[in-house]
Amino acid sequence: MKELICIVCPKGCHLQVDEAQDYHVTGNHCPRGEEYGKMELTHPTRVVTSTVRCTGGTHPRCPVKTDAPIPKGLIFQAVRCLDGVELTAPVHAGDIVVPDVCGTGVSFIATRDL
Amino acid sequence: MYDLIVIGGGPAGLAAACAAWEKGLKRILIVERDRELGGILNQCIHNGFGLHYFKEELTGPEYAGRFIRLLADTGVEVRLDTMVLTVTEDRQVHMVGKNTGYRIEKAKAIILAMGCRERTRGAIAIPGQRPAGVFTAGAAQRYVNMEGWLPGRRVVILGSGDIGLIMARRMTLEGARVLACVEVMPYSGGLNRNIVQCLHDYDIPLYLSHTVTDIRGRDRVEQVVVSKVDEHRQPIPGTELVFDCDTLLLSVGLIPENELTRQAGIAIDPRTNGAVVYEDMETSLPGVFACGNVAHVHDLVDFVTAESQRAGRAAADCVLGGTAPEGSVLEVKTGDGVTYTVPQHIRPGRVAKNCDLFFRVNRVCGDSQILVQSGDTPIARFSRDHLAPGEMEHIVLPRSLLEGASGSITVSIREVASK
Repeated sequence: MKELICIVCPKGCHLQVDEAQDYHVTGNHCPRGEEYGKMELTHPTRVVTSTVRCTGGTHPRCPVKTDAPIPKGLIFQAVRCLDGVELTAPVHAGDIVVPDVCGTGVSFIATRDL
Repeated sequence: MYDLIVIGGGPAGLAAACAAWEKGLKRILIVERDRELGGILNQCIHNGFGLHYFKEELTGPEYAGRFIRLLADTGVEVRLDTMVLTVTEDRQVHMVGKNTGYRIEKAKAIILAMGCRERTRGAIAIPGQRPAGVFTAGAAQRYVNMEGWLPGRRVVILGSGDIGLIMARRMTLEGARVLACVEVMPYSGGLNRNIVQCLHDYDIPLYLSHTVTDIRGRDRVEQVVVSKVDEHRQPIPGTELVFDCDTLLLSVGLIPENELTRQAGIAIDPRTNGAVVYEDMETSLPGVFACGNVAHVHDLVDFVTAESQRAGRAAADCVLGGTAPEGSVLEVKTGDGVTYTVPQHIRPGRVAKNCDLFFRVNRVCGDSQILVQSGDTPIARFSRDHLAPGEMEHIVLPRSLLEGASGSITVSIREVASK
């Protein structure tokens, strides 16, 4: 039995996950908590956010995020893909900044207009 | 003459202005001191915003972007690079702007949406030398996320508020080493999910019941000394840990920014450090409303949006003459375990159907009951399996219940069984 705090939403439910019982989740207040509990112990993932250089805009950095969660173990490799990337304004929220991050099929996208 | 002037173009001001526009106000002005709208959301590049309001997970700039686009479809006027200097009792707003100079504008209603500021080293009187390298976590966040500077390479964070936790992860991803997050209380001040995804994910230790007792370094921070504290939050000699670091980030609380509010003679609640407000976020000065972090510090922008929309709609009613008569006023008192409530006063006659009541508790509790009493008579009970000071609580009181009370109601918590 493993105790986890759900990070799906700010409520932070205290989950108990039973590895012996096919990762049966209790303590969750919604179905997403159940999914998180199973995933976190079998295949943990995170959405990663960072910034890249941008010239010609209001600010010298443009915020980016992965457009889907990526495996937790790839976080540092993923942010390294952003080193050296330089955008030129105009940038629109949703623009693809780096496609197929570390072979995951997930892209880094811009999260604001600049 | 404007119908409404909104002071501050962050999430609170944006939501309030949009809501007032939808309710039919035509002459609305937002005054923003920064060069762009969006407020602090622009530097909060992490995700987790909007789960309540948009039912999806957005980053701060995306959340702000949605409201900025909504606003662009209205006729709301925006003045950027403009600082409000004074708000008078007769609702004149004195402002000075880069392109417009000194202006005095009059409004039928005003919404105060100035947000909050971070507590600094001075505010909590950390002993030691005064080298460079001591930053508030929010200042560091702006440097890293918007301006492209890394404030340091070996970092200690004091305070486990959400901004500190978010910055622990952010600095780590940018190549800095975060040695410790230090919290004076026996529990974290931030959301549990942030402890997990910002500290645990990166093996950053959290020292509860510890504080910084010395900062060493002549030009730049060289060492930070951390000591364990006793139950009275006094450092225990002999427990010192010395960290070799070049940076100390402070995430030690937020203070609503109410200079304008005080100047206008509006009543301030010392528990929230914000204006005393009624159920519709009206302050003690009729026609002047307050919402968002200037009224009380929120954990989630989604709740700032909802509160500010209420303020915007109420301001519109006030200008268009749709406000119900004031009637009787209930004072909301804080009972055992409750540090503040918003609103502090309720006019049952002006509650449409339900009244939202927000508050914080002063300790971590397991299974608990939230008790609302009128005199000694309980009028409502709400169960919670977990309460923590870092998580704002919310209950909904039906109008009929409030009409049955007289004079005041008291909100308190009772722990059923301790965990």
